[in-house]
Amino acid sequence: MEIRSPDFAKNSSRALHDAQLQRALGNVKLGFIAKRRKAIDKLPEFERLRDEARAIKEHTLKHLDLYLEAYEKKVLEAGGHVHWAADARDARRIILDICREADAKTVTKGKSMIAEEVALNPHLEQAGIDVVETDLGEYIIQLRNEPPSHIIAPAVHLNKEQVEADFRRCHTGLPDGRDLDEPVQLLGEARAVLRQKYLDADVGITGANFLVAETGSSIIVTNEGNGDLTQILPKVHIVIASLEKITPTLEDASQILRVLARSATGQEFSVYTTLSTGPKRPGDPDGPGDYHVVLLDNGRSAMLGTPFEDMLRCIRCGACMNHCPVYHSVGGHAYGWVYGGPMGAVLTPTLIGIDKAGHLPNASTFCGRCEAVCPMRIPLPKMMRHWREREFERHLTPVVQRAGLGAWAFFARRPRLYHALTSMSAAVLRAMAGRKGRLARLALARGWTRFRDLPAPQGRTFQAQWQSGKRA
Amino acid sequence: MSLDQHPHVGLFITCLADLFRPSVGFAALKLLRDAGCRVDVPRAQTCCGQPAYNAGDRRDTAAIARQVIDAFEPFDYVVAPSGSCAGMIAKHYPDLFDEKTREHARAQALAAKTHELVQFLADVINVEALDVKFDKTVTYHDSCTGLRELGIRDQPRRLLASVAGLKLAEMEESETCCGFGGMFCVKYADISDHIVAGKTDFVRQTGAEVLLAGDLGCLMNMAGKMQRQGSGPEVRHVAEVLAGMTDGPAIGEADG
Ligand code: SF4
Repeated sequence: MEIRSPDFAKNSSRALHDAQLQRALGNVKLGFIAKRRKAIDKLPEFERLRDEARAIKEHTLKHLDLYLEAYEKKVLEAGGHVHWAADARDARRIILDICREADAKTVTKGKSMIAEEVALNPHLEQAGIDVVETDLGEYIIQLRNEPPSHIIAPAVHLNKEQVEADFRRCHTGLPDGRDLDEPVQLLGEARAVLRQKYLDADVGITGANFLVAETGSSIIVTNEGNGDLTQILPKVHIVIASLEKITPTLEDASQILRVLARSATGQEFSVYTTLSTGPKRPGDPDGPGDYHVVLLDNGRSAMLGTPFEDMLRCIRCGACMNHCPVYHSVGGHAYGWVYGGPMGAVLTPTLIGIDKAGHLPNASTFCGRCEAVCPMRIPLPKMMRHWREREFERHLTPVVQRAGLGAWAFFARRPRLYHALTSMSAAVLRAMAGRKGRLARLALARGWTRFRDLPAPQGRTFQAQWQSGKRA
Repeated sequence: MSLDQHPHVGLFITCLADLFRPSVGFAALKLLRDAGCRVDVPRAQTCCGQPAYNAGDRRDTAAIARQVIDAFEPFDYVVAPSGSCAGMIAKHYPDLFDEKTREHARAQALAAKTHELVQFLADVINVEALDVKFDKTVTYHDSCTGLRELGIRDQPRRLLASVAGLKLAEMEESETCCGFGGMFCVKYADISDHIVAGKTDFVRQTGAEVLLAGDLGCLMNMAGKMQRQGSGPEVRHVAEVLAGMTDGPAIGEADG
């Protein structure tokens, strides 16, 4: 997918002026936060479950190689194949090869952020394969030729009316006057259109929320059941997942599942939790004849042992973005690549480079709400700050900012000079404000005064007053 | 540490209160002294270093932190009228130095005795009520660092409840960020503006006459926005109300 992260500032100001988008984002804010709160208030042991979920992932990451090998062994025993993809290009090649071998004309797909990360769809389409997204949100954005704007709700940037217009545009052959006012009618229509595609598909591709080393199973959670049809009906099932999706046992996976849906949508559990282990066995009523797992690294193993290792605990619940004031303001597309919000601000620079994604870890108020709600207790602000430190070290910080900071730090490190400077500033600002008590414009603080007044200093600085003992 | 009834407190004035609103410092002084503390204000303080820290400049941050540690080490407690600055010292200073060094140990010792003002009064000195009056309806914004790093939520509400005549009207989403974020508000000014505009809507909806919070950064941001918008309550630091020092103009308001 095209990288537009360097244009974050431009993307975000466009987003701020997009009335449709702003209306849709209003719903994110209200819906997700309240539902999560309600689910968690009902579960007194939630905080303990978070600790346990974190401990499971920490343990797993410490022994990642061991569990990955154990997982591979189990998949092979079950009659499946495992492919190791070092990067996005590898993953695309492997999957296209499997599709070609199956002589695939149509591929159905469950929701997968990893497929987005490796830009799978355009690659398969270029090879003449018809790729059909089966998750409703993904299906909608596929019709619009847009990337997802949220990791669990890919079309959350859209309003119902926009979806209705897309359906009328794309589902030709249906009566023009049909009623599509209600969401359930839109859902019904998408279902009917997709039904035939499920039956036509030669290959089904799904992501994975968990890979279980103990059994060689992959687990997906969905609310629509589309993943089940995607992986059961076609003759070939491909699972694409990144390395860190591994968990040691089924018990571990179910532990983490207890925090996943609650954090994501406020559900106790997603509607469907589906396990798949290898191809159809003799006597099974259904299932694919061939079962492949593509394990993607794409820079993840290099994060082990670095300050960014904690990010590998992420279970892609989306709670961080659902609670982020910046995400609420600009939506997911402004981040300019696959992952948005706080998790994207940390992860994107590791995947596409800090030189391209430099804005992302900077565009945060450090309000800390992401970390407060992250079920895996990932210290997101701390890692964003790590990125800022790397930028600073590599002199990627904008020159003006760096110079300003340098000048400020020069004085901050010299209290006597600093106090002389602040005394002078207090006098100057106060004189400029006159009796008004505030400034509507100040050249040196244009970023501030563009949108707000600047309160003027009350008078002499505290230090000056304290020193002269005036009020001590 | 002299754990007598008159602990020696070093007041960390904060760069914003020093320059823009010294009355917050004097309110803090009064509150601390009324609570029986001996208070000093070291001259060798400038800022906690957060602007450099959040810009990724660890070297300058560490230099500033050393200066603060030197200046405040002798006190029983360090108290700041800001959750953000107190959080910087209490939660981040130790991270600036290599573990097992003497500097790290000193940073940890300072961190352990550093508190935000209202939290210090309520939780450390155990002040339960204040003998002041404020006949107004107020609403209270929970500043992010104080709330999430230091757990400040009930303390200001508890003390405000003891102020005669004061009524608290809670706003919706009092725990949502105001969009200040230090340099964020000038670097990503339009996003910051969008966030603060949402915040000030919630503030006005309460019908409160006064907006309070414990951090001048947030307060100046919200006051400046409402003044630009031309409507909204007056804005003050919570310490001014708790100390009964509300005679002067509110933040950004004209004299007299
Ligand atoms: S960083 Fe945490 S909150 Fe955000 S998606 Fe990952 S697990 Fe969820």
